[in-house]
Amino acid sequence: MILRLIRYWAIDTQLVGLVLILTLFGVAMIYSAGVLNDPSPVTTGAWMRQLVWLAIALVAFTLVSRIPLRWFEWVTMPGYVFAVIMLAATKVIGTGAGTAAGVESFIDLGFVRFQPAEFAKLATILALARYLGSRADEPATLKDLVSPAVIAGLPLVLVLLQPDLGSALAFIGILFAVLFWAGTAPWLLLLLASPGVALILSFNTLIWSGYFVVLVIFLYMYRYRLYLVESVSVFIANLAAGTIAVPLWNSLAAYQQNRILVFLDPGVDPRGAGYQLIQSMVAIGSGGLTGKGFTLGTQKRLDFLPEQHTDFIYAVIGEELGFIGTLLTLITFALILYRLVSMAEQAEDPFAGLVIFGILGTWLVHIFVNIGMTVGMVPITGIPLPFVSYGGTFLLMSWVAVAVAARVAHEEP
Amino acid sequence: MKAHHPHRRRVRAKFATGIIGLVLGAIAFQFFRVQVLQSSDYKLQSESNRLRPLPTPAPRGTIYDRNGLIIADNIPGYAVYVLAAPRDSMKVSLRRLQPILDLSDPRIEVLEGRIRRNLPLLVDVDADLDAVAALKERSNEFPGIYIEMRPKRRYRSGAAIGHALGFVSEIAADELATPRFTEYEQGMLIGKAGIERQYEELLQGTRGVRILEVDATGRLVGSFAGREENPSLPGEDVHLNLDLPLMEWIHSIFPDSMRGAVVALDPADGAVLALYSAPTMNPNDFVGGIETDLWNELSSDHRQPLFNRAVLGRYAPASIWKLATAGIALDAGVVGPTEVMPVPCTGGITILGQYKRCWNPDGHGFLDLAGAIANSCNVYFYQLGVRIGLDRMLDAGTRLGFSRRCGIDLPEENPGVFPQDRNFWVDVFGYRPLEGEVLSLAIGQGPNDQTPLKMAQFYTALARDGSAPAPRLLKGTDPTDSWRLELSRLAIEELRKGMRGVTSPGGTAYFGTALEHWEVIGKTGSGQNPQDPERPHAWFAGMAGPWGGEPEIVVVVLVEFGESGSRMAAPIAAKTVDFYLRRKYGIPIDTIQTLAEHYAAGVPAPWARQ
Repeated sequence: MILRLIRYWAIDTQLVGLVLILTLFGVAMIYSAGVLNDPSPVTTGAWMRQLVWLAIALVAFTLVSRIPLRWFEWVTMPGYVFAVIMLAATKVIGTGAGTAAGVESFIDLGFVRFQPAEFAKLATILALARYLGSRADEPATLKDLVSPAVIAGLPLVLVLLQPDLGSALAFIGILFAVLFWAGTAPWLLLLLASPGVALILSFNTLIWSGYFVVLVIFLYMYRYRLYLVESVSVFIANLAAGTIAVPLWNSLAAYQQNRILVFLDPGVDPRGAGYQLIQSMVAIGSGGLTGKGFTLGTQKRLDFLPEQHTDFIYAVIGEELGFIGTLLTLITFALILYRLVSMAEQAEDPFAGLVIFGILGTWLVHIFVNIGMTVGMVPITGIPLPFVSYGGTFLLMSWVAVAVAARVAHEEP
Repeated sequence: MKAHHPHRRRVRAKFATGIIGLVLGAIAFQFFRVQVLQSSDYKLQSESNRLRPLPTPAPRGTIYDRNGLIIADNIPGYAVYVLAAPRDSMKVSLRRLQPILDLSDPRIEVLEGRIRRNLPLLVDVDADLDAVAALKERSNEFPGIYIEMRPKRRYRSGAAIGHALGFVSEIAADELATPRFTEYEQGMLIGKAGIERQYEELLQGTRGVRILEVDATGRLVGSFAGREENPSLPGEDVHLNLDLPLMEWIHSIFPDSMRGAVVALDPADGAVLALYSAPTMNPNDFVGGIETDLWNELSSDHRQPLFNRAVLGRYAPASIWKLATAGIALDAGVVGPTEVMPVPCTGGITILGQYKRCWNPDGHGFLDLAGAIANSCNVYFYQLGVRIGLDRMLDAGTRLGFSRRCGIDLPEENPGVFPQDRNFWVDVFGYRPLEGEVLSLAIGQGPNDQTPLKMAQFYTALARDGSAPAPRLLKGTDPTDSWRLELSRLAIEELRKGMRGVTSPGGTAYFGTALEHWEVIGKTGSGQNPQDPERPHAWFAGMAGPWGGEPEIVVVVLVEFGESGSRMAAPIAAKTVDFYLRRKYGIPIDTIQTLAEHYAAGVPAPWARQ
C-alpha cells in the first residue's frame, strides 16, 4: 500500500530514488563542508538551508510531475521568451551572490534570489524539443541545424555576458544532446562543433594548420551531401574562429585567462590562481583509497579548500570518503544518466525523448566540468554539481527537471 | 519519423550510453590516478600544508664561578612569533603588534626585511609579561601570532661581569654567513662577546622542534603549545675560574669617574680570578635585543663602555716594564742578582753617546737590582739595557710573547706591540734603529704597548718560579701557551725584594698598599700617552700573599689618566687582593683596608710598620 503510494508519487521510482539518495548524500557533504576549525556562519548552516530547499524541491516535483505533457508543449514558447527576457533583465538588474559575487547571475526578488539561467536551461530544452519534435524528418543538413543553434545560442550568449561560462557550457551540452537524439548524423554534429575546436586549437599554429587540412579533406569528401554554401560557411567559420582566438583571449578577464593557464600548468601561480586547483588535488589525493573520514578532512577543516560547499564539494567527498566514495558517487551519477537514456529509448513521443536528452545533456556537462575541474581535467569554471552542491535555485530546477523527465516518460501511450 | 523508430532509438541509446560511460570512466580513471597511485605525494603535501615546524631554543648552559656561584642562568621569557603567511598579511600582523610590543618604526622595517616564505618570524625574543598577557587575552584578534615560552638569559651580577662574560643576542646576518655558524638559524640567540662567545657551542645546546598546526590563513589550530617533536637538549654548564664576589667587589671600588682595567690571576695555575674593565656595561641590557636609545648612548659614549680594556686596551707599560728588563737580564746572565751597577745614578747618565736623565734629578747613587726596582731608577736600567743589547732585548721580549696573544680563552685579545727585530723600525718608522733604542725599551718606553692582561701574565712568572702559564677563564683546562724565564731562586727573591721596596715604609706605594693581614709587593708606573701628556695612565702591577709566604694572587691595575700609580692604581690593587685573600682565609671583610684608608678614617692601625 505504502509502496504503491510511493510509486504513484514518484512516477519513476528508479530515477527519483537515485536522485533523492544523491540529494541527501549532498546534504550530508554540505554539512561536513561546514565543519571547519574556524567555523563560518555561511557554511555552518548551509546544510539546513539545503534541506529546506529540498523540501521546496519535493513540493515542486510533486506539482510539476502532475502536469500533463501537452501543457508543457503549450507553455514552451511563452516560457522560452520569458526566460530570454529574464536573462536579458539579469544583465541590467542582476546581482552577484555569495562566492560568485562577481557574476551577475541572480535576480533579487526581495524574499528570494533567483538564478534565471537555471530556469532558462529547462525552457531551452523544452523549446528545442518542441521545435525538433514537430519536424517530420531528422536534421540532415547544416541548414537544418541553424534554427536549433539559434534557439540554444540566444540564452547562451546572454549568460556569457553575465559572464557565466559554466551555464554557457550547459547550453552547448543541451544543444548537442537534443540534436543527437533528434537523429542528426554524428558527422554533422562534428561540423557544427568544428569552429569551437578550431578556436581551441588555434593557440598552436601548427596543430591548427593540421586540423584545418583535415577539415578541408573532410568537406571535400562530403561535398555531395552538403550544399556549397554550407561547406563554405563551415570553412569560413573555422577560419574566423582561428583568427579571432587571440583577440578573444585578450578580451577575457584576467581571472579567466588565469584559470585556463593554471589548467594547463597548476604550478604557474601556486599562491594565486593555481592555488584552488592545487589545494583541491591535494585534498582529493590525500584522501587516498578510503578517505580521512566523514567531517575529518584537514584540507577542508583548515580552510585550504576553496568553495568547499559549492563548486568544490567533490573535493570534500574525495578527501573524506576516498576513492571508494568518489567512485560510488560517480556510479550513482552513471545510473541516473543511464536511467534517462533508457527512458528516452522507450519514449514513443519524439518530444518526450528530446526533453529527456536535453536534461541529460545539461547534467552530463555539469558532472564532467564540475568533477573534472577538481582533479585538473577541465579548467576551473564556476559550475555546480547537480543534487550535491549547495545552491537553492539549482537544486530546485534540477528537481523540476527530474519531474519533467518522469512525467514525459510516464505519459507514453 | 524514421528517426524515432524504436530500432533507431535503440542504436542511439547505445551510442549515448557509450559516451556517458567514456566520460564518467575517464573521470573515474583520473580519480584512481590521483587517489590511489599518487596518493602518498598528496598526503605529504597535505601534511606540510597544515603542519609548521617551529624550532625551539634549548636552555643555555649555566655559567658558574670558581665558588660554584651562578654567574649566568636562565629565567622564563616569552618570545612572540608571526607564523608564516603571505608577506602582506605578515606585515599587517606586525603593524598590529607594534603598539602592544612597543616596537619602533625602524625595528618594524628591520623585521619586514626578515620576512621569509614558510618561516615563522621572530618579532620579539623577550616580550614584557604585560604585552604577553594582552596578546593571550585577545588571541583571536591576532591570528597567526604565536607566543612561546623560552628561556631567557639572566646575568645575576649585571654590570660587574659585563666585559668578561659578554652577552647573548640575536644572531646577525653576517654571522650566519660564517662557517662557524652554518648550523645556526635566524632568530637564534648566540653569545656575542666574552665567555658567552668563546664557549658558544658548549652553552648553546641542541634545538628542539615543535610542530604547530595551522589553517590556510596561518592561524594556529589545536593546542596553543603545539606538539613537541624533538625536545631540546640544554646546553652544557660552564665552570669558570672567575671569582664572582671579587668581580663585584672590584666593580664597587673602582672609581666611577675613571676608566681602566683590573686583572687578577692565581699564580698557582694562571686562573683568571678577575677581569674587569671600566666603564662597564650591563649584559642584561642586551638580552632580547638592546633598545636603540641605549645602544646609541653606549656606542657613542666617548668613554667607550663597550671596550674591554683588560684584554683589548693597549698602553705603554712604563715603569712596570722594568721588571721585564730585569727578568730578561737575569735570564740572559748579564747581571748578577745582587750586583751593584758600576756607574751610580747622579740624576742622569751619558750613555751610548747621549745624556739620559733619571726621573729624580738628585740621583739614586749606587744601586743593586732590588734598589733600582724600589727606586725605579732609570740610570740603572739604561745600563742594564745596554748590557742586554738591542737584539737580545727584542728576541727575549718576543719570546715572552709581548707581541703575541697570551692565549686567554676569550674571542678577542690584543697581541700588544713589541718589535720582533730591527726591521720593525724600518717597517714602521722608516729608519734602521741604532743600539740606543734599547734605552727607551729598558724603561718601558719606545715602541712597546701592552694590555693589562699581558702584564698580569708576566708578573705571574715573578710570583712563581719564572714560568708563566697562559691565563685561563675556564676551570680545569690546561694552558695551551706558556713560557718560562730561567731565574734562580735568588734572582726571584731579589726581584721581589725590589718590589717590596715600593710597598714598604719609605716606598712610594706604602700607604696605599699596606694591609693588616697580607704583604703586597709590586711596581707602579706612569704611562705617557699622546692624548693627555699632563695626565699619564696609572699602573700598578704586583702580587700578594700572607706575610712571609708565597704570593697567592697577582694583580694588575690600570687607570687611564690616573696620573699616579701609587696613589690611584696601587690602592685599587691592594683592596682587590685584600678582599680575595680575606675570603680565602675566612677573615671578615672590612671596607677600611689600606693604611691610607685607616688614616683617612681615623681608625688606628696598630699593625702598621713605620
